[in-house]
Amino acid sequence: MRVTQLVLIVLMSGFALAACKSKPPTLPDASNAPAETGAETNRAGENDVTNRGLPADEQARQAAIQAGTIIYFDYDRAEIKPEFVPIVTAHAKYLNTNSANKIRLEGHSDERGSREYNIGLGERRAQAVRRALMLQGVTEAQITTVSYGEERPAVQGSDEAAYAKNRRVELVYGR
Amino acid sequence: MMLKLVRSLALLAIAAFIAPVANAQLVIEITRGQENAVPIAIVPFGWESASAAPFDVAEVVAADLQRSGRFAPLDRKDMIDRPTAGDQIRFQDWRYLKSDFIVVGKLTPNGADRYTAQFELYNVLNGQRLIGQSVAATTASMRAMSHRIADIIFEQLTGIRGAFSTRIAFVSAEGVPPKQQYTLIVADADGENQQKIASSSEPIMSPAWSPDGQNLAYVSFESKASAIYVQTLKTGERSRVSARAGINGAPAWSPDGGTLALTLSRKDGDVDVYTLKLSSQTLTRMTFDPGIDTEPTWSADGTKLYFSSDRAGSPQIYEVDVDQPQRATRVTFDGNYNARPRLSPDGKQLAVVHQDSGNFRIAVVDLKSKGMQVLSGGRQDESPSFAPNGATLIYATQDRGRGVLATVSVDGRVQQKLAASTGDVREPVWSPFPVGK
Repeated sequence: MRVTQLVLIVLMSGFALAACKSKPPTLPDASNAPAETGAETNRAGENDVTNRGLPADEQARQAAIQAGTIIYFDYDRAEIKPEFVPIVTAHAKYLNTNSANKIRLEGHSDERGSREYNIGLGERRAQAVRRALMLQGVTEAQITTVSYGEERPAVQGSDEAAYAKNRRVELVYGR
Repeated sequence: MMLKLVRSLALLAIAAFIAPVANAQLVIEITRGQENAVPIAIVPFGWESASAAPFDVAEVVAADLQRSGRFAPLDRKDMIDRPTAGDQIRFQDWRYLKSDFIVVGKLTPNGADRYTAQFELYNVLNGQRLIGQSVAATTASMRAMSHRIADIIFEQLTGIRGAFSTRIAFVSAEGVPPKQQYTLIVADADGENQQKIASSSEPIMSPAWSPDGQNLAYVSFESKASAIYVQTLKTGERSRVSARAGINGAPAWSPDGGTLALTLSRKDGDVDVYTLKLSSQTLTRMTFDPGIDTEPTWSADGTKLYFSSDRAGSPQIYEVDVDQPQRATRVTFDGNYNARPRLSPDGKQLAVVHQDSGNFRIAVVDLKSKGMQVLSGGRQDESPSFAPNGATLIYATQDRGRGVLATVSVDGRVQQKLAASTGDVREPVWSPFPVGK
């Protein structure tokens, strides 16, 4: 993703989120994917109260995980949608607290199409998140990427609801 | 376990027979046969001893010929006579049973754990002997010998080299995502004799046979990142040939077996095709586009690579001269998705994954006329691979939510499915012909 595109997305994100509300609710990516992000947030399970007293570094990590650890994508696309930019920002914030902090970006696709092409697509998505993190000050050495293509689906199923949950980049610590 | 062979063409009576064979995990279902399949009688082979015959040769031969879709073997229970040599055949009986051809034979012991199978093929209509041959086997190679007999009969009657003695490699995935166990398996072309080649809780994908059929290259994520391995089947000896940063994928052997084409994304994430000379580890970049360039396959003479690229927006097939990698030219123009090319053994066609009104299907593209023919009818068909005789393609498809394998004749007329007893199976690749035959 180019710098201008990202800046534009960041600037427009407030506007775009407002615009989202008027979108028809049947759009799978508008309805399913953010819901899944919400579920991830709940699973992380820690709130501001328990975070108090933790080192600043750990607080930033918890905040990043609470912001979300999965970024979802449209079919055959690798652009980070505006609603996921805050996730990138939260993780960049944590990674910027210490250059020794490291993150692993795992790119995935849905099952449609050929497997090695989908490996390419997962890589492109992981690279989009990598570049977005680097634009926010994270260094190359802090990031590793891997593409699993369609080989490690989050959920089983051959409908758009399953596809939407499988087209993703997972932000992983300590794997 | 049992091997079940079911023919379910609506016009034909449903005939099932069950073979007492151990370790068969793939169930083969012929979903569409050829209407003018040639009727042939494969009479059970004679065995001149009080003890039970060590192997049912005729059963394997009949199953092979039936699976080809070109032959309709006579049901055993309809045989009124069991001749074991040509001079015992009463041809009028077999004409009455409407068999065009008949195979008779016998198995005789020939030393310790050695057997000889003598067999003859006759034209029932004119009584002419077309083949009279004998082949040897041990108990362990009895099945392989039966496939050879089927190959000889098939070639005599069709003019096409039989591919019953070949093997397939494929990947199975068991368990519910995201926790799955991935296994690379090699089996005989009829699904028998399954061997585990590699197994991991991390994905295994993209198996590729070396031209001599002795080695498999494949991608494994066992080290939490993709790497390409080459494994020798006989010894199990394995080496890691590429574990660079980013993608290590889509290995394809050059026709001389000395070089792998592969996909790398290196540090910058640009997905491109490279060649890797195995003896010197020399890496040469073949594509330079910022899009996704992947899934290389070699031309028969080793001078060109075909690959998938989305440089024009959606994936299409391109070709590039390995000596002039800068200049790639586009090969496919039908539709907005053509990927994962595989060359036919005669070098005239590419099998591809083609998007056809929202469904992913197997299609063949004629390289000269650029005409395309869609061969499969599934929703999510992928990974086409030609049999080494070019008569059949094997590919992966879905059946009631499960990954299964399917074959289709290159004219689209004969189709069958091979489903595992559990889990998903995918990414089938047909081996070359066995060396030295």
